[in-house]
Amino acid sequence: MPTFELTPAMMREIIMDHYSSPRHKCDPEQEGYVSLHSASVNCIDDINVYLKLDDKGIVEDARWNGVACAISTASSDILCDLLIGKNEKDALYLNEQFHKMLHEEPYDSSVLEEAMAFMNTSKQAARIHCATIGWDAMEQLLKEHRHDR
Amino acid sequence: MIDPKIRDRFPMLTSNQMMQGHPLIYLDNASTTFKPDCVIEAENFYNSLQTSNSHRGDYDLSYLVDQHVAESRALVASFINADTREVIFTSGATAALNTVAFGYGLSTLKPGDEILLTLAEHASNLLPWFKVAKMTGAVIRYIPLTKEGRVTVEAAKQAIGPKTKIVSIAQVTNVLGYEAPVKEIAALVHAQGGVICVDGAQSVPHIKVDVKDLDCDFLAFSGHKLCAPTGTGILYGKYHILEKMEPFALGGGMNVKFYPSGEMELLPPPTRFEAGTINVGGIYGLAKAIEFIQGVGMDNIAEHDRMLKARAVEGLKNCDKITMYNATSEAGIVDFNVNGVFAQDAGTWLNSKGIACRSGSHCAKILHEHIHTIATVRASFYFYNTVEEIDTFVDTLVKGGDFLDAYF
Ligand SMILES: Cc1ncc(COP(=O)(O)O)c(C=O)c1O
Repeated sequence: MPTFELTPAMMREIIMDHYSSPRHKCDPEQEGYVSLHSASVNCIDDINVYLKLDDKGIVEDARWNGVACAISTASSDILCDLLIGKNEKDALYLNEQFHKMLHEEPYDSSVLEEAMAFMNTSKQAARIHCATIGWDAMEQLLKEHRHDR
Repeated sequence: MIDPKIRDRFPMLTSNQMMQGHPLIYLDNASTTFKPDCVIEAENFYNSLQTSNSHRGDYDLSYLVDQHVAESRALVASFINADTREVIFTSGATAALNTVAFGYGLSTLKPGDEILLTLAEHASNLLPWFKVAKMTGAVIRYIPLTKEGRVTVEAAKQAIGPKTKIVSIAQVTNVLGYEAPVKEIAALVHAQGGVICVDGAQSVPHIKVDVKDLDCDFLAFSGHKLCAPTGTGILYGKYHILEKMEPFALGGGMNVKFYPSGEMELLPPPTRFEAGTINVGGIYGLAKAIEFIQGVGMDNIAEHDRMLKARAVEGLKNCDKITMYNATSEAGIVDFNVNGVFAQDAGTWLNSKGIACRSGSHCAKILHEHIHTIATVRASFYFYNTVEEIDTFVDTLVKGGDFLDAYF
């Protein structure tokens, strides 16, 4: 069940808000981050994602930076918002639900919050990879740095 | 004049393709072009009625294929005014340029020799040279572009010197569409004892190209940008250079004999440069495509491109929502941005209106440091595009809208 109903106008506003003023778009100034670079052949998007995990595997901070279109900017930024404070298991679950939504499979909307704004991305099939570029990179980072491995 | 009925020859146009609920307007011809019925039929003919390998069999069918490939080669040769033995079939401009870089460049360049390029080159005319420079100790230099992005004879004159062994430049560039004074540059390079390799990927489909008139040493182009199938292309090389040139790829079909010791004797050009099974069906299509565009007339094509370009420029030049980067270039290419909108988002928005343009850095990633933007939207025209299509494209941009509309 959705935790709140989003209208198209609200979705636009969420995307524009994170696109015009992203909160997590900066390189880390300190040590302690793991990072991954991700670029696409299909578009201009060329980003780095950064994660700082504490010793229990909780996401202490998440950031990203790079060249990105509106969709990849907003989606990467919202992802960082959602990741902070989550443990690896919940973070990966969130990621999985987002991918399901974009590929029009049944998904659990209760964890997606603002990421629900990308519900319609599949309308522009060529841009699905923009919505997921940051998510894919974060998923790989989370899996590479799992504490329970 | 182009007869608008020409559109009836293209299944991609007669099939009333829709994109996002709008009739498709295809303006990505610098990327690839549609194929007319005769090209499709020619490739089909090979696959359905004449399949066999070329120069491999002793039977009639194989002989027929060899005949057809030889005729196709002769047709390509006459199209660019070359000799038949100077025409090498490749998989495209990229393969052709790599053959020059790794075949000619690798074996002739010495440490300190200079390879001259420009910042407006396609990745396929840069990366092979970067690699070859690294392998040989040669140095990459660039002919400076004018502020607009044009190569001039004066700039070339300044840049070309006794160390210049190879100049490799596009006759028409793929982002901005400026035409380089290749003939004059060829003369300058030759005077210094170097060679010139011309990337004709964006010129050969659109203007008459005569290798003897240009006096270029190499010319590379792709079939798929001139209505031929993908996976086809041509490398032209002056015979006396090809004769001494190393092949980039080795294998079957290009050798006379070889021994366990590693000794080998290779076939003469052009076959020496066609290792492995060539794209025979594609070559049947390529020959038809060249016949087809010659039928339309290269001068007509060039004039139509110019007319469409002028119309688009006229329509967009006073629109304050649009920044255009190449209003003065020769090619039927309009490179622009919608102000305040990232190129990719503008491209998606045009998609939502049924208009296919290309957004991105168009494989010329270093150019954008010159024109001060990371990415642009590129609309590129061909002879089957109509004035009405250009008008719809212009009206759509002038009217504008929220780029996020594409998603809602
Ligand atoms: C100027 C130029 N050179 C080379 C190429 C490479 O052509 P292909 O991808 O067909 O090998 C292109 C294609 O976009 C081009 O525009």
